[in-house]
Amino acid sequence: MSETIVIIGSGLAGITVARELRRIERERPVVVVSADDGGFYSKPGLSNALAAGKSAAQLLLTPPAQLAAQLGVELRAHTRVERILPAEHLLQTGAGPLPYRKLVLAMGAHPIRLPLRGDGAGRVLSVNNLADYAAFRCALDGKSRLAILGAGLIGCEFANDLLAAGAEFEVEVFDPAPQPLGRLLPPKAAAFFRERLEAAGVRFHLATGIDEVREDGGRLRLMDGRAGAHTATHTADLVLSAVGLSPAVELARAAGLAVGRGIRVDRTLASSDPDIHALGDCAEVEGRVLPFVVPIMQQARALAKTLAGNPTEVVYPAMPVVVKTPACAAVVCPPPPDVHGVWREQADAGGVRALFEDAAGTAIGFALVGGAVREKQALSAKMPAWL
Amino acid sequence: MKQYQCIVCGYFYDENLGDPEHGIAAGTRWQDVPGDWSCPDCGVAKSDFEMVELA
Ligand SMILES: Cc1cc2nc3c(=O)[nH]c(=O)nc-3n(C[C@H](O)[C@H](O)[C@H](O)COP(=O)(O)OP(=O)(O)OC[C@H]3O[C@@H](n4cnc5c(N)ncnc54)[C@H](O)[C@@H]3O)c2cc1C
Ligand SMILES: [Zn+2]
Repeated sequence: MSETIVIIGSGLAGITVARELRRIERERPVVVVSADDGGFYSKPGLSNALAAGKSAAQLLLTPPAQLAAQLGVELRAHTRVERILPAEHLLQTGAGPLPYRKLVLAMGAHPIRLPLRGDGAGRVLSVNNLADYAAFRCALDGKSRLAILGAGLIGCEFANDLLAAGAEFEVEVFDPAPQPLGRLLPPKAAAFFRERLEAAGVRFHLATGIDEVREDGGRLRLMDGRAGAHTATHTADLVLSAVGLSPAVELARAAGLAVGRGIRVDRTLASSDPDIHALGDCAEVEGRVLPFVVPIMQQARALAKTLAGNPTEVVYPAMPVVVKTPACAAVVCPPPPDVHGVWREQADAGGVRALFEDAAGTAIGFALVGGAVREKQALSAKMPAWL
Repeated sequence: MKQYQCIVCGYFYDENLGDPEHGIAAGTRWQDVPGDWSCPDCGVAKSDFEMVELA
């Protein structure tokens, strides 16, 4: 049988596993298969790039050929994996069959598409990779009224970036939730965050669920069905959807692997098939999908050791997430999803410091906005490890 | 001169500039940057930086 490790995906997860594996062993053949062009870029940078005046080409950190040489891997770009055949240890790709000894799934996640009605729905954009960013930046040319669906992390970051990028932009953000960053911030912190972003020019339409987008003489008309008879309408030149991501599980499910919200893996990142591992945005590790850079680095380090023959469980320290909105610094260390507790918020003119306390009164999560972000390092050190 | 680059997002740590916003004074040598410092742009650890020699 071939000794080859095949990695599907050349995003942060796939490339970091390859890089970490090469720190341990140079010889093992590794093939990275990717549907995209295989260039390495920083995905978090996509929502901060407009204000920095960066084109997609300028965001590319390492071109594919250089990346392959650096890592000592074979990089098969523009190659989509169509099927996984676990019993045969074989992949079917757009460029023919590919055998593997060990398989790593690092296929990322797809932007969730709202089930929008209307003839303008097809014109709604989303930005989840470098090619999307190039298309978005190009589509912005000559536009001024911009609508963003979703006031979560990515929606707020793009809103702030657009306003910082050009005085000609008017940015409106829509979300069915009553506050921005609804899944991350408790109410006072969210109110402070909202005020700061509004002062920077963002217009929030909260408790507003857009469900229809219509063409309107070159512009787009957005409608809130719940407002009754479509009375509440808004127009925009361009609509960006940022309503969340759903892990890429289709291939795994079709191959008969255990799938929950993401591809189910244990602490060694092994799926229900011991020769297939998963990490990154497509993976559900011990019940949790954590689509962020720091968990991916932790996963990649552990998985590289496992692939090199030394089974290693992933370790998660507390991993706070920084919201990259220059108009209002914010950092959140979410409490574990299944733990009961209460948020205790202290607000002053400069910011809000919120601690999430469990039943015993121990702080197990925090949210800091404005000047309070200064406490990030000190509080992080006190948080219990996640795994 | 030496600079250190985040392998994840490309951020440069320049010893001359430090990272004053996060408590690292200008002129702080890389080896003196505390181990719990993290990339100001993407949050990864100090160990995820690589040295790059600039001409
Ligand atoms: C705008 C934006 C801002 C963000 N900001 C932050 C931040 O500030 N901090 C933070 O921690 N996280 C942030 N994130 C999240 C973070 O960027 C992601 O968690 C991370 O980049 C995901 O990496 P990945 O390798 O799992 O997935 P991806 O980077 O999506 O890689 C998936 C790869 O799989 C390939 N692929 C998929 N299906 C197939 C197939 N069938 N065949 C072959 N190849 C396939 C794709 O071509 C791609 O190469 C942000 C995300 C976005 C979108
Ligand atoms: Zn970084």
